[in-house]
Amino acid sequence: MEIEKITIIGGYGKDGEKEKVDRFELKMGDIISIVGPTGCGKTTLINDIELFANNNTPSRRVILINDQPIPEDFSFDPKKHPIALISQHTNFLSDLPVGEFLKIHATVRGADDIELIIAETLDFANQLTGEAIIRETAMTELSGGQTRSLLIADAVIIGNSPIILLDEIENAGINRTKALELLKNYKKIFVFVTHDPRIALLSDFRIVIKAGSMQKLISTNQEERLAAGELKKIDDVVLHFRSLIRAGEVISEVILNESIKTLKV
Amino acid sequence: MKLVIFAGPPTCGKTTVIRQVIRRMLKKDYKPSFVKIDVLYADEDENINKEFGIPTKKIYSGELCPDHCNVVVLDEVVEWAEKNGSDYLFVETAGLCLRCSPYIENSLGVVVLEATSGMNLPRKIGPMLTLADIAVITKIDLISQAEREVFRYRVLEAAKDISIVESNALYGIGIDPIVKKIEKSNEIEIPMFLRGNPPVGTCTICVGKKEIGAKNHFGVLRTMDQELFYIGE
Ligand SMILES: Nc1nc2c(ncn2[C@@H]2O[C@H](COP(=O)(O)OP(=O)(O)OP(=O)(O)O)[C@@H](O)[C@H]2O)c(=O)[nH]1
Ligand SMILES: Nc1ncnc2c1ncn2[C@@H]1O[C@H](COP(=O)(O)OP(=O)(O)O)[C@@H](O)[C@H]1O
Ligand SMILES: [Mg+2]
Ligand SMILES: [Mg+2]
Ligand SMILES: [Zn+2]
Repeated sequence: MEIEKITIIGGYGKDGEKEKVDRFELKMGDIISIVGPTGCGKTTLINDIELFANNNTPSRRVILINDQPIPEDFSFDPKKHPIALISQHTNFLSDLPVGEFLKIHATVRGADDIELIIAETLDFANQLTGEAIIRETAMTELSGGQTRSLLIADAVIIGNSPIILLDEIENAGINRTKALELLKNYKKIFVFVTHDPRIALLSDFRIVIKAGSMQKLISTNQEERLAAGELKKIDDVVLHFRSLIRAGEVISEVILNESIKTLKV
Repeated sequence: MKLVIFAGPPTCGKTTVIRQVIRRMLKKDYKPSFVKIDVLYADEDENINKEFGIPTKKIYSGELCPDHCNVVVLDEVVEWAEKNGSDYLFVETAGLCLRCSPYIENSLGVVVLEATSGMNLPRKIGPMLTLADIAVITKIDLISQAEREVFRYRVLEAAKDISIVESNALYGIGIDPIVKKIEKSNEIEIPMFLRGNPPVGTCTICVGKKEIGAKNHFGVLRTMDQELFYIGE
């Protein structure tokens, strides 16, 4: 089945009231964010999407693919499962070397040129992480940031999943601006659950959730995009300080003020 | 009455899946009974009875392999469940020996496998997987999409006609299709027959011979180089 769009039809919040956002569509190429305080129901919404909920989850939402619901006992061909979910708990458990592991996945996915696709996947992952991933490293020896980067790269390139759901990946120390830039080159649906204002403002639109209920759909306007640019500068200062501290430097107020001044110019 | 047998390695999530199934069956006004067959220790019967108030029972297989025990006691268990007025009987067995499988003709066989057990598991567990109708893959919330796909692929490699259900059993994800299949399954027929062929030969170790080395045993034996031979009548 070729996925062109999915539709999320609102159900009910924790209080049993109907959701204010009664439906929205995700088309190939869309990047969206889901925002709201901890415990409000962000993960629940992406679980509903991953399940192709059909009025059978606590939220009673319905998900349509190309305007059709998915029959309950429908089972996807493992080669073509349309959704990849990368959650806070998702991990690699295999202790195979990275290269061999990717080869097995590429084989299961029926890739034509296995060497090429592995190289592409590693190249993608290495643009997201500071420390390059080497083919010979055991999967279980990868750092947190390397693991998240490879999870994303593998889902995008080898898995080639049309829909990718990412649950709070910002804490993993991957390069977020780079990630969003790279992801825009792939015509997929990306859904970010995030507390990161930059990811939210670089998305096409965001869904605001409160008490289990979708409250608002906010399309990112021109002004917000500009704000995202400014925010990036502040973020860059923070990142700069992080790398200073990582490198064993001693920080002072003077250095901080210098950095902020250069930021304003 | 309909019978559903759930098998799977220890801590794979059998009870978690069954509890989710029972919750949904009770909502539909069915009257299930539950039995756990384990070697030395089990508390599922008490927990499930406390949680759902349905008839439950446990059976210790002791010196027998649980699947072997299942074959010996299942007729009585079915009578017990029928006396309870149940329309469904769920049996959880800790299939530990990996040579036999507990499934019965004309009933539903469900193997539960945890995705976290490594991508090679589907290649290791033999008839418990290949003779089942449904493979429920649990703990999908914990592993990468890639490993999940490889796991799934290898399950199908081992059992090409099996229905696969991927589940995060803690959150009840993927349980509805299992309930659908349970409802569509057949009524059991008495006398009941074991599905597939039981493993070849008698296990001399199971009957208590402790000496190491093929020369001390009888039945179907093997050398280190995988050659099979038979000693006995
Ligand atoms: N994260 C996660 N944990 C799970 C899932 N399914 C089960 N568990 C956990 O795995 C552990 C074992 O689950 P059980 O249902 O007791 O496993 P079992 O197969 O009945 O175990 P035995 O009967 O003791 O062999 C429990 O701590 C469950 O909460 C799942 O889908 N995801
Ligand atoms: N629409 C809803 N109806 C009922 N319960 C909900 C709903 N949305 C969320 N919940 C419940 O709220 C709790 C927290 O939700 P979760 O998605 O984990 O929040 P978050 O990811 O935003 O921290 C969960 O137990 C979930 O089942
Ligand atoms: Mg969450
Ligand atoms: Mg159990
Ligand atoms: Zn046995």
